Amino acid sequence: MHDTWLKLFEISIILGLLIPSAAMLVWVERRLIGIWQDRLGPNRVGPFGILQSFADLIKILGKEDWVPPFSDKLVFIVAPVIGAVCVLMSFAVIPFSPNIGVADLNIGLLFFLAMASLAVYSVVLAGWASNSKYALLGGMRAAAQTVSYEVFMGLSLMGVVLLSGSFNLREIVLSQQSGWFIQTQFVGFIVFFIAGIAESHRLPFDLPEAETELTAGFHTEYSGLKFALFFLGEYLGVMLISCMSVVLFFGGWLMPEPLASWLPAIVWYLLKVSVLVMVFILLRTSLPRPRFDQLLLFGWKYMLPLALVNLLVTAVLALTEVI
Amino acid sequence: MLSQLRTMWLVLKHTFTKADTVEYPEQKPYLAPRYRGRIVLTREPDGQERCVACNLCAVACPVDCIALQQTVDDDGRKRAEFFRINFSRCILCGFCEEACPTYAIQLTPDVELAEYDRQSLVYEKHHLLIDGVGKYPDYSFYQQSGISIKNKDKGQGSQEKPPIDVKSLMP
Repeated sequence: MHDTWLKLFEISIILGLLIPSAAMLVWVERRLIGIWQDRLGPNRVGPFGILQSFADLIKILGKEDWVPPFSDKLVFIVAPVIGAVCVLMSFAVIPFSPNIGVADLNIGLLFFLAMASLAVYSVVLAGWASNSKYALLGGMRAAAQTVSYEVFMGLSLMGVVLLSGSFNLREIVLSQQSGWFIQTQFVGFIVFFIAGIAESHRLPFDLPEAETELTAGFHTEYSGLKFALFFLGEYLGVMLISCMSVVLFFGGWLMPEPLASWLPAIVWYLLKVSVLVMVFILLRTSLPRPRFDQLLLFGWKYMLPLALVNLLVTAVLALTEVI
Repeated sequence: MLSQLRTMWLVLKHTFTKADTVEYPEQKPYLAPRYRGRIVLTREPDGQERCVACNLCAVACPVDCIALQQTVDDDGRKRAEFFRINFSRCILCGFCEEACPTYAIQLTPDVELAEYDRQSLVYEKHHLLIDGVGKYPDYSFYQQSGISIKNKDKGQGSQEKPPIDVKSLMP
C-alpha cells in the first residue's frame, strides 16, 4: 500500500512537471526561433517573457470551446484526448535517472512504439470527425505519413535492441556504460530521429497540419481547450522523441566519469534532452517542408532500406563480436 | 541532404548575430526624412499657406480620403476653405504629395497615428497646417508663377520677365 502511494506521488510529480514544461517549450521555441531569425521573440510577459505560455493559456481558456454542429461530436471530443494521453502514457516507461521513472516494463520499447502508433488515431479521428475538407486531408496525410514512418522507426531501434539484448529501457541505458550507442548506431539514430520528427508531425514533416496549404490540417475545426490539448500533445511528442533518443542512443543519465560526478544523473539526462529539443527547433527554423509525395518517397525509398541495412550490418557485427 | 545540413549550420550561426528588430515603444526606429507618414500642409517661407486648393491631391488619392473646397481671398490668393484628410482611410501612398503643384501637401516621418476614437483620425485644415516649409525651404508658388496677387503683379516674381504685349508689332 505504501509503495502504491509513493508511486502515485511520483507519477503526479512527473505529470506536474511534464505538462508545464511542455507549455514552457512553446516559449523556448518561440524565443529560439526569434534569435535564429534575428528577432527577439516574446519577451514582454514576465522576465524574458517566461510567462508567455501562461498568458497564452489564459487566452485559450477564454476562447469559445466550439464543437461544430456538422461534426461527429463524440469522436470530435475524444480525439484530442487520445493524442495527449498516448504521448503521456509513453512517458511512463522512460527512465529519467537510476531511480526516477514510473514503470520498469520488460517491453518498454515496444510499449513506446505501441503508444506512438495509437497516437495516430488522435489525428486521423480528428480529421474524420471534423467533417471538413482541410481536416480530412490533414488526417489522411497523417495516416499515410505515420504508417510509412512507423515501419522504419521500429526497425531503426532494433539495432539498439540487438546490442543491448533487451527491450527494457532501463537495461538499455545500463548496457551503454561502456559506450553510448550513438557510436555504433549512428545511422540508426538518424533514421529514428527523422521518423520521430515525422511521428510528432513537426516541421519539416508537418504536412498533416501544413498551415500554408491546409489552414491547420486536422485541427482546423478545433478551438479552445481541445486545441490546447493537440498543442500539448505535439510539444510533449517533441520531448518524448528527445527523451527516447537520449535513452536509446545517448546513454540516458550516464556520463563519462569525470563529468558524471559533477551533476546529479537526472540533470545530465535533462541537459541531453534539452539539447535534442533544441535540434528539433533548429530543424523547424531552417528546413522547408517537402511535398507530400517526396515525403513518402523519402521514407520508403531511402529511410526504410537504410534502416534494414543498418540492422543487417549491426547483426553481422554483433554476431562476429566486432562490437 | 548536404545543403540541408548547410542550411542548419547557417541558421545556427545566427545565434550570435544581433537582432535586427528594435523594441518599438521604448526604442524608436530611425525613419528616413522622406518616409511616408502623417500628411501635413506646409507654408511658404514668408508664412503664407502654400495650398491653392487645386484639388489635384483629392483626384490623385486612390482612397478618396481628401476633401477640400477652394476660395479666392481678398489679396487674390487661392486658399482652401476647408481641407480635410480622413486618416482612417489614408493609405499613406504619397500620391497626393506627388500630385501637388505647390509642394503644399507633404508626408512626414511620423507614423504614430493610433487613436481610440475613429473620428479623431479626421484631420481638419488647422490640424494639418504646420508653420514650417517642409522639404522645400525656398519654394514659393506665387513667386515662381505668373499669377498676379496683391503686392505682386504678373512679371514681378523671382524668375519672371515682364509680360509681353503679344498684340503689339514692335520687336
